[in-house]
Amino acid sequence: MIAIGMEGSANKVAIGIMSYPEDGSAPQILANVRHTYNSPPGEGFLPKDVARHHRTWVVKMVKDAMKEARIRVKDVSCICFTQGPGMGAPLQSVVMAARMMSLLWGKPLVGVNHCVGHIEMGRLITGAENPVVLYVSGGNTQVIAYSSKRYRIFGETLDIAVGNCLDRFARTLYIPNDPFPGYNIEQLAKKGRRLVELPYIVKGMDCSFSGILAAVDTLAVSLGLNGEEQARLDDERIDQEQQGEQDPDAKPTRADLCFSLQETVYAMLVEITERAMAHVGSKQVLIVGGVGSNERLQEMMGIMARDRGGSVFATDERYCIDNGVMIAQAGMMAFKTGFTTPLKESTCTQRFRTDEVFVDWRD
Amino acid sequence: MATEYKPPALPSPFSNTKPPPILLTQGAEAHLYKTVSINPAIPAALKIRPSKPYRHPILDRKLTRQRIIQEARCMIKLVREGVKVPAVLAMDWEGQGGDEGGWGGAWLMMEWIEGPVVRVVLEKWEAWFKANRGTMDEAQITAAEAPVRALLRRIGAAIAALHKAGVVHGDLTTSNLMLRTSEWDQEDRAIEGEVVIIDFGLASQSVQDEDRAVDLYVLERAMGSTHPLSEPFFEELLVGYREGNKGAISTIRRLEDVRLRGRKRSMLG
Repeated sequence: MIAIGMEGSANKVAIGIMSYPEDGSAPQILANVRHTYNSPPGEGFLPKDVARHHRTWVVKMVKDAMKEARIRVKDVSCICFTQGPGMGAPLQSVVMAARMMSLLWGKPLVGVNHCVGHIEMGRLITGAENPVVLYVSGGNTQVIAYSSKRYRIFGETLDIAVGNCLDRFARTLYIPNDPFPGYNIEQLAKKGRRLVELPYIVKGMDCSFSGILAAVDTLAVSLGLNGEEQARLDDERIDQEQQGEQDPDAKPTRADLCFSLQETVYAMLVEITERAMAHVGSKQVLIVGGVGSNERLQEMMGIMARDRGGSVFATDERYCIDNGVMIAQAGMMAFKTGFTTPLKESTCTQRFRTDEVFVDWRD
Repeated sequence: MATEYKPPALPSPFSNTKPPPILLTQGAEAHLYKTVSINPAIPAALKIRPSKPYRHPILDRKLTRQRIIQEARCMIKLVREGVKVPAVLAMDWEGQGGDEGGWGGAWLMMEWIEGPVVRVVLEKWEAWFKANRGTMDEAQITAAEAPVRALLRRIGAAIAALHKAGVVHGDLTTSNLMLRTSEWDQEDRAIEGEVVIIDFGLASQSVQDEDRAVDLYVLERAMGSTHPLSEPFFEELLVGYREGNKGAISTIRRLEDVRLRGRKRSMLG
């Protein structure tokens, strides 16, 4: 059986093709293509521009993926698409394409929850059986564990997502959005040493990032580190400091602010994950979502898991960042239990909680 | 990949007290040990918040220190107000000692409470009740339920006293409520003893109806998931709560709102 997965909930349009051998052996990834819409430094992406990008690219992406996978239309068993959560206009453009393909080819549709897609792909790639899942991306921050047919949310952000906090801070500092802001923040943070004090907001298993963003933004402005011109001047200072000794009492650089922001928000994420692990009695952690590709977060999670006698599972950017194969994987698991989405119900929604999905494919 | 679990080294002076502290439970934040205070005849509970090596050392110190001081402050305030909680015997928030004389985490030594936690007591009662319910008539069922109802009232009164003193617990479950009694043994079904509230790791000082109502709601939810047979008596707890606290009416009204809202709202953005 072959599933096509179509993803477009944020600024990436991605097509994945997965093959599931009849003999029940491990599924194979036949194609995993992605195209990202990037806005210039200092700006975020607007839904209408992203939607236009997706509409422009989606047909070519499907063709490329089919060619790469060396399959024909008749080989396809089902078309899986992201139903939500995400940005409305981009979701709609990809759903439209999925619907069109379904009618054109006469193939069934399978609507997939984006978060469940991340979890199922993470489980497939890492082999983690029943982990506590930390799902961290530009739009979502949740601590999830499976229990009786649902992925239950134990903790989540009370306001903005952790990735949104990082993205928006990158705009303040004029950090490029290519390949993605979090990656560039991480590279800059490696050059920082001075920890500046930021708010630390954990409430039980929930956390909050908007106050931290406001605090670090205000600090950057008061230090005169915001904007394009300052970014260039400060980069020179950071490079000079890399050459010689760093004065621990000197004025913080942009590198120090990135370092402090990362240390603070990742410590919060590890703390709520640890609390969920203690609560459900699990020793495995799986990190999924775009922010999950951050090496410092993976390192901190690894230390925490080791101290609890457990282990951490993470994937690289091919599967962490939004992709099409994860939609194919989660869609196929539902499809095998007999689930399809009739054309009439093949809508998309910006709000689609992880625990709304009935997980019929797990015990 | 998984390695054998080894708890972190004890901070000084507990690395060489005799008898050595016995590890009772490991939570996410802290380890709880049983040890002795001053002389071997006086048992004491020792809560250690080990340093978290994944955090930046400056951040780690700040958080550990802030939290253990907050916990101790709440408990000391409650003891002074006459609320039944373990007394604070000693503490170290700077974490002197540890392995290499460095930062080994902070610790808090508390009065030892002899007796079972309410969770165990209710589990025992529920198991017995489930097994025997079929053979009982209505009067016998009422008689069997009476001690549980009375216990929930006592718990309500204890929480009322806690809230009246200006503290909210933040994590009320039946595992964080104990019955102080020296005569309890494993086989016993007795539901006797004074209700003592423990574990103030998430407590804070607040007199807001919202915070108090969330405290009650968290306990209600915890009872629903761990003690389904005792949950119908939650009303008794509110009766006890109302008797012990004049401002209870507005808190209980707020509880209605919290119940409707739940802890989770639909996600926006």
